[in-house]
Amino acid sequence: MAVIELKDYTFQYSTAKQPALKDINLTVEEGEFIAIIGPNGSGKSSLCYTLSGFVPHFFKGESSGSVIVDGVDNLTSTLAEMVLHAGLVFQNPFNQISGSKFTVYEEIAFGLENLGVPREEMPERIDDAMNMTGIKHLADRSPYALSGGQQQRVALASILVMQPKVMVLDEPTSQLDPIGTREVFQVVRSMTGKGITIVMAEHKMEHIAAFADRVIVLDEGQIMRQGSAHQTLTDPLLPERGVGVSRYTMVARLAQAEKLWPSNHVLPVTIDEAAEGFSQTLRGHHAH
Amino acid sequence: MRIEINDLHYTYDTGVEALGGVTFSVDPGERLAIVGQNGAGKTTLVKHLNALLKPTSGSVVIGDWDTGKVPTYKLAQRVGYVFQNPDEQLFCSSVGEEVAFGPKNLGLPAERVEALVAEAMALTEITEHAEANSYDLSPSVRKLVAMAAVIAMDCQIVVLDEPTTGQDAVNIARMSHIVHTLHEQGKTVITITHDMDFCAENFTRLIAMAQGKVILDAPMHEAVAQAALLESTYVTPPQLTRLGTRLALDETVCTADEFMAALKKKAA
Repeated sequence: MAVIELKDYTFQYSTAKQPALKDINLTVEEGEFIAIIGPNGSGKSSLCYTLSGFVPHFFKGESSGSVIVDGVDNLTSTLAEMVLHAGLVFQNPFNQISGSKFTVYEEIAFGLENLGVPREEMPERIDDAMNMTGIKHLADRSPYALSGGQQQRVALASILVMQPKVMVLDEPTSQLDPIGTREVFQVVRSMTGKGITIVMAEHKMEHIAAFADRVIVLDEGQIMRQGSAHQTLTDPLLPERGVGVSRYTMVARLAQAEKLWPSNHVLPVTIDEAAEGFSQTLRGHHAH
Repeated sequence: MRIEINDLHYTYDTGVEALGGVTFSVDPGERLAIVGQNGAGKTTLVKHLNALLKPTSGSVVIGDWDTGKVPTYKLAQRVGYVFQNPDEQLFCSSVGEEVAFGPKNLGLPAERVEALVAEAMALTEITEHAEANSYDLSPSVRKLVAMAAVIAMDCQIVVLDEPTTGQDAVNIARMSHIVHTLHEQGKTVITITHDMDFCAENFTRLIAMAQGKVILDAPMHEAVAQAALLESTYVTPPQLTRLGTRLALDETVCTADEFMAALKKKAA
């Protein structure tokens, strides 16, 4: 069942001279994990804002086409209605933290209070969210007395706890250490098993390749490519348009030019695929 | 300009001990990357270099100045610190003013200020935005403005806190270019980063921190080979280093060029 459906959607911020998003057609199935990639300024954050209702209800502008999220028409609805269906984890955790709470625990409870969740249900949900994001030990700390990466986990927990049908994440791992990054991808991936749909803007191709079901490549506000990690991340157009590729794809392409990548292998997007291809290269050369 | 850090301890007012005895020195012109898990104390450590924080005990000496004894404003001549989040740094109404603020504040003559500003804006490729208000620019350009504002102060030591966060490939290439240009000018460049690929490709020494202490301090190639130790502070070796290990290449590789050379050698 499609949980997100955008048809001929175009949006222009009220102070902008050109649209941030142009003619977007996108369907996302329930429980899918979609990664959005693209150069800076390509519209990734704007798409995240649209799917969570911040555009056009908080960041205003001109929209056309239609945006349906979990059965709600974003363009004719309100932000208050949208937050019941889609949660947004901001790129900068500083923008997410409410500023009205003294502890991490209260910060995470804040969303539940606003949703009117019964008090007796709260502790379990808050504990689950803190465990999933590895911040249980920070429960009594002030959200402001944390490192950037710790704040990012708090921001993630504060959305997880609300269990939205659609979770939209705008570079949620930008300040996390490498293993914390992998953990966030794992947590987010596990949410899809509960029927939660994930849309995540990210630059980290190694993890996108390993975790996402489908990749959407944005360029100048339009969908330039979409498909599996393989179909999109090995496309030669990506580096041309300034989109990063993983080092695995990069060196395999260099090797291919020097006939050091096996002709029967597609270009790799993960370390396993790269190791397999290059092992064959090395075996082949030793056999001769 | 040499940096000497000796048994540095720092405890925040909340009672949280962020640094529990850090000792190392940095020679002029080094390119040093500091990595480690969230909350390891990386930012707390570098905030001591320009005296935004002063040691609870131990010492930090920049050239011949002990940061505990010199007023914070004076350190701005020697150590430039680019914040992780440019929004915590920028405040002027135009990019040009923002970049000129630092060198003006150092009391440099007008022509010198003008030259430094022009050079810093050219290096960070923001000259075209000189008249713009920083907050009308995208976050990635604001990051470049924040870098230019610090570079224009012409400090011998430049600290970059997470320079590649949220940046696309084009901007990461710009960051590399900036690091190498500062290095060629003889400056010390120190970064805090989680981006191990960027770190291995552009820096020559690695310090890994965990729980307020240094757990690894070595030349880059030696350091990235220490997978287990890095893992203990939630860091994984760079992609190409891991791939090289999987293929049992003879050398530890940090860059695509090194990988290709080692692959050819092994295949020969």
